Amino acid sequence: MGITFRKETFRDDFSFKNSPEHIRRFPFPFHEDSYMYAVNIEPHVVGPKGSVLENLIDVDEHYVAEMQDRALVLAEDPLRCQSLPHMTLAGWDLLELLMEQQALGYPEHFTLTREGDHWRWINRPLGIDDTFTFGDVSTLPYGPMEYITRQSQGDFCILDQRDGNLWMDAGMVTTQADWSLDFDIGMNFFEWHAPVPLAHEKGIFIRALKFLTNIQQGKPARRLNWTMTINPRLDTSPENYHKWGPDRTTVTPENVGDKVHLRVELQSFWRLPRSNGIVFPIRCYLIKMDELVTQPKWARRLHRVIRDLPEELATYKGLTRYRPTLVEWLSKLDDGSATSPGFGPD
Amino acid sequence: MSTGTTKLDVVVSDVVPVNDLVTRFHFRRRDGELLPTFSGGAHVVVEMRDGERTRLNPYSLMGSPLNTSEYTISVRRDDVGRGGSLFMHRSVKPGLEMVISYPVNLFSLDLRAKKHLMLAGGIGITPFMAQTAQLAAEGGNFELHYTCRTASLGTYADTLRERYDRRVRLYHDDRDERIELERVLSSQPLGTHLYVCGPSGMIGWVRDRAAALGWPSETVHFEHFAAPQPGAPFDVTLAVTGKTIRVDEQQSLLEAIEAAGVDPPYLCRGGVCGQCETNVISHDGKFIHNDHWLSEEDHRSGCKIMPCVSRFEGRSLVLER
Repeated sequence: MGITFRKETFRDDFSFKNSPEHIRRFPFPFHEDSYMYAVNIEPHVVGPKGSVLENLIDVDEHYVAEMQDRALVLAEDPLRCQSLPHMTLAGWDLLELLMEQQALGYPEHFTLTREGDHWRWINRPLGIDDTFTFGDVSTLPYGPMEYITRQSQGDFCILDQRDGNLWMDAGMVTTQADWSLDFDIGMNFFEWHAPVPLAHEKGIFIRALKFLTNIQQGKPARRLNWTMTINPRLDTSPENYHKWGPDRTTVTPENVGDKVHLRVELQSFWRLPRSNGIVFPIRCYLIKMDELVTQPKWARRLHRVIRDLPEELATYKGLTRYRPTLVEWLSKLDDGSATSPGFGPD
Repeated sequence: MSTGTTKLDVVVSDVVPVNDLVTRFHFRRRDGELLPTFSGGAHVVVEMRDGERTRLNPYSLMGSPLNTSEYTISVRRDDVGRGGSLFMHRSVKPGLEMVISYPVNLFSLDLRAKKHLMLAGGIGITPFMAQTAQLAAEGGNFELHYTCRTASLGTYADTLRERYDRRVRLYHDDRDERIELERVLSSQPLGTHLYVCGPSGMIGWVRDRAAALGWPSETVHFEHFAAPQPGAPFDVTLAVTGKTIRVDEQQSLLEAIEAAGVDPPYLCRGGVCGQCETNVISHDGKFIHNDHWLSEEDHRSGCKIMPCVSRFEGRSLVLER
């Protein structure tokens, strides 16, 4: 048993693909035929078998390729991983959380053995077998946050909680939808959300902050967010805009199905026990249009959502240039029939 | 995820009288597993089943955060309170099975601090027991000033002196020893954070002096759980659920709402976290606000109440619950 990890790339020849099982487990983010911001936060509890929520920290067939892509990004730009000096304890908290969750969910791939502070971590997909002293940074090859997030899918922001606010004081961010840790490091919740349109007027951030500062240990929460990406590129950072920005001019009616990807973020929020910080894993899932429309309900619904999206949101998500081409392509797959409620395929 | 936190099934593993007023309670998990890790300054809410009555009181965890085989709390007996501390002192014995909440920290260390200056009064020493243990293990820089009534009521004073020697200064009221607050506050290195836990008079005094001496408010941290005060019974109508309830003399409004089968969210049950904030639909009478959450303007408006600690006197009160 266990996962068969794909050999694939998120750059150059873009060989990334989802297997048929992974298409069906894709976290499609629209529960109805339209989309507007809402505080769509719910308890992060285990979901159905075969879904991305089967384990609270999901490992999938893209794990090894994603970790290789992260290593390439870090080699080019070490500032994608930063931790302010007071965040080391939170880094240990995160290391414990990710090792525990990965070992619990995927015992055939990961094993954690603990005797007091003496820990042994085996990561079979990446060929790692390390022993170290928990709490002693000199016993690991990297700081605790960098060490474990080089072995965990998704970006991770660690937020310090103080003065009734949350502060972006540490993170590993290499698979982001056009935002920069290096720019946001040290900012508070309102500062780093300043560019988001419409939501401020709706008071969403005030309510969201109140909710997040009250997240309790043992009671994580989650939400989905989404955007679109041209080519299956994980690293769509502002630092590399010159590499991926021009991709948006390359969409034609002929290549929509292969080039345009729905990008969904499963964001979860966890209270960290020793540091009293919050960790915010942002796990990115990509699916190309050709794969997505194998589920007719998703094709119909995505057509309606993209067609009716408010202009400000389309601009913020960077869809403006290719939206007409995409809507035209999707319209041919929408016969106007009703879609069933809920996220899942029919 | 509204009501409180995840619960832990524990058993009382030891009960240790500390002095005439304070007793320490040790809890272990009933399933023998380790308890969740916590951070210095965290509290748990202890559920007390006292006959028909259920009380939920918050107590600071005072053990080392490095030891998760047991949790320890210290309870000061309050002979004129609502009976929670008396229940703990009289009825809680080793072997009793109890339910406590997951730890919640509303009095967290600011880990950016170059130095932690701690001021404790009386039973307010308990969160500092855990915080000093956490800092000592990491080589952190702290200084603790602890005021108690008499040497024999100086709960854990000897333990702290033994552990941390000159980093702990003691002041005894009966010997007229007083902390030289101005001098202490004026002689700290830049980057020091101040923490105070004790009676509300002490907290107010320290905050005022710190502000006057130019301490930025972000560097001044305080914890004051206002224990719910007893008071005259009163009747309340819960408009949303359509219930009319009576709040007994020894019961808090929140406990009475819960006893009626309505579960508002809560965390601290001490008037500081804001979770149980409740809108007032109408009232004819006088509020007795005891919380540290609502603004003075909120208190004056008569539109909001914190049912965990505040009460009411008068003819009628209708709440949005």
